[in-house]
Amino acid sequence: MNRLKIAVLIGAAFALGACTNAGRFDDADGFGADGAGAGFDVGSAQDPNSPAYFAQTIGDRVLFAVDQSSISSEAQSVLAGQASWLNNNPEFTAVIEGHADEQGTREYNLALGARRANAVQEYLVSQGVAGTRLRTVTFGKERPLEICSEESCYAKNRRAVTILTAGGTS
Amino acid sequence: MRAVFLFLAMVLSLAIGTASVAQDGPLRIEITDGVIEPLPFAVPAFQAESAQAGQLAADISRVVAADLTGTGLFREISSDAFISNVSNFASPVQYADWKAINAQALITGAVNADGQGNINVKFRVYDVFSGAELGNGLQFAGTADGWRRMAHKVADEVYSRITGEGAYFDSRVVYVSETGPKNDRKKRLAIMDYDGANVQYLTDSSAIVLAPRFSPDGNRVLYTSYETGFPRIYVLDVNNVGRRAIDLPSGTMSFAPRFAPDGQTAVFSLTTGGNTDLYTVNLASGNLSRLTSAPSIETAPSYSPDGSRIVFESDRSGNQQLYVMPATGGDATRISFGAGRYGTPVWSPRGDLVAFTKQNKGRFHIGVMRLDGSEERLLTASFLDEGPTWSPNGRVIMFTRETQGAAGAPSLYSVDISGRNLKPLRTEGGASDPSWSPLQR
Repeated sequence: MNRLKIAVLIGAAFALGACTNAGRFDDADGFGADGAGAGFDVGSAQDPNSPAYFAQTIGDRVLFAVDQSSISSEAQSVLAGQASWLNNNPEFTAVIEGHADEQGTREYNLALGARRANAVQEYLVSQGVAGTRLRTVTFGKERPLEICSEESCYAKNRRAVTILTAGGTS
Repeated sequence: MRAVFLFLAMVLSLAIGTASVAQDGPLRIEITDGVIEPLPFAVPAFQAESAQAGQLAADISRVVAADLTGTGLFREISSDAFISNVSNFASPVQYADWKAINAQALITGAVNADGQGNINVKFRVYDVFSGAELGNGLQFAGTADGWRRMAHKVADEVYSRITGEGAYFDSRVVYVSETGPKNDRKKRLAIMDYDGANVQYLTDSSAIVLAPRFSPDGNRVLYTSYETGFPRIYVLDVNNVGRRAIDLPSGTMSFAPRFAPDGQTAVFSLTTGGNTDLYTVNLASGNLSRLTSAPSIETAPSYSPDGSRIVFESDRSGNQQLYVMPATGGDATRISFGAGRYGTPVWSPRGDLVAFTKQNKGRFHIGVMRLDGSEERLLTASFLDEGPTWSPNGRVIMFTRETQGAAGAPSLYSVDISGRNLKPLRTEGGASDPSWSPLQR
């Protein structure tokens, strides 16, 4: 489990451009800082085998409809790209974070976030990624990316984010 | 630290036949009545019977008054209106003077401090219009540091004598203290008196913590923490702040824990492979037992007071609804059928009601219903209300209210089960996920 403490979050620095914040996992959504301390080099977004390419060019996240955990066709193409990258870069593992918007009770949202993370994991496994390289975590509504109380923000918060981690499989 | 040793002692026994006064006289609040006109009472500053007791005597009588007024059932008469004063705890009461200002209840008291940190608080309650004492004088012994608890004990006794109900002032609330912006909240477990005094922090803010729940004796707390990076349930000793993770299969996530009435078993949600079901764990042996096996979400479990049943929420019907099942698992009966979705059910300490969060048409409500789902009553409405917890006497519900928008923040509110007396509880910074302790001993 401790490897998560060194988990490096290759955020989409330019993609969503929302918050920057500190914390163990939060950077996944904000990523302003560098990848220092990461245990690996994020590389250049031009390099198809770089973590930066994974996060920025392929996209490290997929979105969900209200209360849903099914993978949309748009999400499928993102996840196919993620799977292909992971298959080409077997030295990486990943933690998939599931999130919910604030329109729900705390416990239900934790369970819903777990469903979303699991749906992403299952999709990646269906694309040939070894399940042992993936782990899921739910944050429920605890770590919103966008902070307004409108659907424009909620839509971005109902997400699952695939975060590359250095090193072996737990 | 908070282990204030208290004992009750009867002081004198001049009052005779007061039981009938309590039942037949005018000094009685039937809480179940419809609209209530708050009962006017007077609390002259308690007498200081030693030099060191001066400030404490004044402070204790203020807390007693605040406790009673805070229920919405009582209204204090200002000392400016007093005709006579109480200069000696033992002196006879001038009923006519209190009747003249319409004080239906009169509470007198005295405080003695020995200068070594020990104090004695004694008090009497008078039914002014019957011209008699209500119950007997009582005294509590404790420490000067614990003076607020002694005031709450006095108020509890006054409340019980006048309403005939159990009270709730000498109790605590464990909750999540929140600071920082919405997308980077820092959360810490905190504990305070029911009225917001004496806040102590139980964890630091290095990991997200959620939904603490008191043990039946109020000495331990179950909660969820992200210390390992994953949600996992912990048990914490309130007195020495020691904590330990509950041992569960690796690769699982766990949350929404709550004690069984036996204080030895915890029921909680365990997630594996994306599916969330209910389990129990024996906190001593670590024995795990699975209660539900369904592809749906099963969470937010709460025991009946006798420990025989569990109410919980599930989306097995397609959206969140409330169900009741035996405490060992088995067939569950759906109890919520109104419009919208229902979550976070909590069984009342009296056993007759379930408090819940209802989400309907973009609004959140705290409500109560009977165990068969009948007599649903919504007590609140706002952008986001959730997570009810019961006062020890089952008369008041505390919950989280979060405001809307980018600057939205959570705070604690309480409301009577009648829907009256909705009010915020002031805390330093944001606060969420309250759990109300039993009455302290």
